[in-house]
Amino acid sequence: MNKISVIIKREYITRVRKKSFIIMTILAPVLMAAIIIVPTLIMMNQSGEFKKIAVIEDNSNLFKGVVKNTKDAEFVYLENTKVEELKKTFEKAGYYGILYISPELVNTPNAVYLISNKQPPIGLLQYIENSLKKEIERQKLLAYKIENLDDIMKNVETNVTVQTKKLDEFGVEKGTSTGIAMALAYILGFLMYMLVFIFGAQVMRGVIEEKTSRVVEVIISSVKPVQLMMGKIIGIALVGLTQFLIWIFLTVGIVGVLKSTILPKSGITEISQSVPQNFMSGNQQVAGTAQTTEMSPQLAEFSKMFDSAMNQPWGLIIVCFIFYFVTGYLLYASVFAAIGSAVDNETETQQFMLPVTIPIILGLMVAMGTMQNPESSLSFWCSMIPLTSPIVMMARIPFGVPYWEIVISMVIMLITFGAFVWMAAKVYRTGILMYGKKTSWKEMWKWLRYSG
Amino acid sequence: MALFEAKNVTKQYGNQLALDNVSISVPEQCIYGLLGPNGAGKTTLIRIINQITGPDSGELFLNGKKLMPADVQLIGYLPEERGLYKKMKIGEQALYFAQLKGLSKAEAMKRIKYWFKKLDIIDWWGKKVEELSKGMQQKVQFVTTVLHEPKLLIFDEPFTGFDPLNTKIIKNEILFLRERGATIIFSTHNMESVEELCDNITLIDKAKTILEGSVNEIRNKWAANEYDLIFEGDVKIEGNGHYNILKQQKDNNKSIFRLKTTSDINTNDILQTVMRSGNIISFNPALPSMNEIFIRVVEARN
Repeated sequence: MNKISVIIKREYITRVRKKSFIIMTILAPVLMAAIIIVPTLIMMNQSGEFKKIAVIEDNSNLFKGVVKNTKDAEFVYLENTKVEELKKTFEKAGYYGILYISPELVNTPNAVYLISNKQPPIGLLQYIENSLKKEIERQKLLAYKIENLDDIMKNVETNVTVQTKKLDEFGVEKGTSTGIAMALAYILGFLMYMLVFIFGAQVMRGVIEEKTSRVVEVIISSVKPVQLMMGKIIGIALVGLTQFLIWIFLTVGIVGVLKSTILPKSGITEISQSVPQNFMSGNQQVAGTAQTTEMSPQLAEFSKMFDSAMNQPWGLIIVCFIFYFVTGYLLYASVFAAIGSAVDNETETQQFMLPVTIPIILGLMVAMGTMQNPESSLSFWCSMIPLTSPIVMMARIPFGVPYWEIVISMVIMLITFGAFVWMAAKVYRTGILMYGKKTSWKEMWKWLRYSG
Repeated sequence: MALFEAKNVTKQYGNQLALDNVSISVPEQCIYGLLGPNGAGKTTLIRIINQITGPDSGELFLNGKKLMPADVQLIGYLPEERGLYKKMKIGEQALYFAQLKGLSKAEAMKRIKYWFKKLDIIDWWGKKVEELSKGMQQKVQFVTTVLHEPKLLIFDEPFTGFDPLNTKIIKNEILFLRERGATIIFSTHNMESVEELCDNITLIDKAKTILEGSVNEIRNKWAANEYDLIFEGDVKIEGNGHYNILKQQKDNNKSIFRLKTTSDINTNDILQTVMRSGNIISFNPALPSMNEIFIRVVEARN
């Protein structure tokens, strides 16, 4: 219908032209990119800082040479030095800190200290702990006088990672990762929540603006109220989709550009290697030859994650996301429009907002729970109930949902959405012409039954 | 022929009756006054004519045919509570409303320019509504009302917010629109402008029609027994069995009397009686103002 398109156009253009829209649209991807890039930069800088650490053992020499030098840290074993003396001078002597190992360590696991003026990074601590632990275990085993102990130890050394495989409907195995599914569930559920809530609230504000400025009376002498309402809802939905798409493109673009300029060469794999460097070198003495086999474990893990991400049912996810966004948004936006029509200003919306907010928040909370336990009956029912299903179902889909459940949920959604739009249109039609009256739910119920 | 007719319109909101069996008939090219105290039901009737709400019962006719949803293009409505988008530029805004009334973009632009020039607001095209004075906003709203050249125009208090000069401009535009063939329904509390502009009126009170007809007929009817008599110089007359003196005053070497006849004596007989007292310079039937009629009619019902 021609008039509806005129309304949609106005709603769309006035919003897209606003300064706040332009700023948000540009700023958000920059922030998103910063969230992705900054931690990696920090990690790179941290690992680049070289540390010299003095090791003092009170002349017991039980652990001499146990903690080996790494790419980032050198361990200098000092004899005939007292901790109390070195404490005053270690910084001037160029040490990052003092590692004090008491001879009691074999029996008292706490008898080791790292003294420093700074908070030592967790990776360094883990590396020291691991090295000492291995040595103590080795010494304790030695006490049993087992033959060929070194060979046995090498043989025993294992590294376990659970590989998850999911059977699809044809019985074909697919590599999956619960981590990826969880991340995806979180992103999808949260995105749905944001879109429905932010743009639904915009519809409400738009309706209130028209009502308080009394424009509405002129407009509905030209078009039907339901046309105005739907035009507004659709126009704002398009604004939302526009912003969403720009965000995706800009974020991908910015990350891409930064990756190729700030992190040259192999990019992401290099970062992922440099982080657990300490841990790897700790294994080297024992694992020995294992290091030479094809990829590093990090690369393997990364490619597995990538593989698993690609194995997600993207077609289904996109179709469902669009469906649930459109219907979920329309459902809530029409309720928001009805509320907006019933009040005289924004402060009066409070009493109506709570009952509308509760199902959305509930949906989000169940969606978070879904990530822990996608098969729970709470998740199932909330992905059927139309007020929560857009959020919860989107969180469930990455974990795999039978098609019949999706179909039933969608049918329920369609019916409810139709009913909500119909009711909202009736309330809206009466509400926008009512001024100066405190509206209640009871009053709105009466409006539902007014004739034309 | 009546351009617009409403027959036995009734509308109820909850327990409150907003219109009770109200009928109006608006002749073509007429300026039709819709009068009544606040809350009488005028706005409801206007909304029904605009098809903003529907009547519970009753029928509406435009050009002799039943009023249809598509007829909104033939109607222009200036509501009492003016409404424009505050953050929108006035040119775009006028274009938007014109398109909602079904005008093409090109045609709308042409007409907006014509009207903006005519009302001297063309220089403000790119300004937002909130930057304009109230009178200026009113002009924009007036333009958006008449842009699609409707057959039927509904003005609800069109002069509020205008200074006397702009009031005159808008008054002339309304008369000009009428000359070009438009029919106008005019709702106001300003009775002077009713006398000046309206041909016919309907007075609604508490959801019912209590007075209707042409302004002249109504004024003559309510004035049937009163006359204004003016003498030159200082003259005294007294009432007799046939008429009373309602009021008298002296002004500028004239003596002015308001007489009310109490029997069916004709005016020649009155003149014969009073002309002996002095030199008469005028004798007229005294027409009550619409203001007086309004107050008397409505008060009589309470």
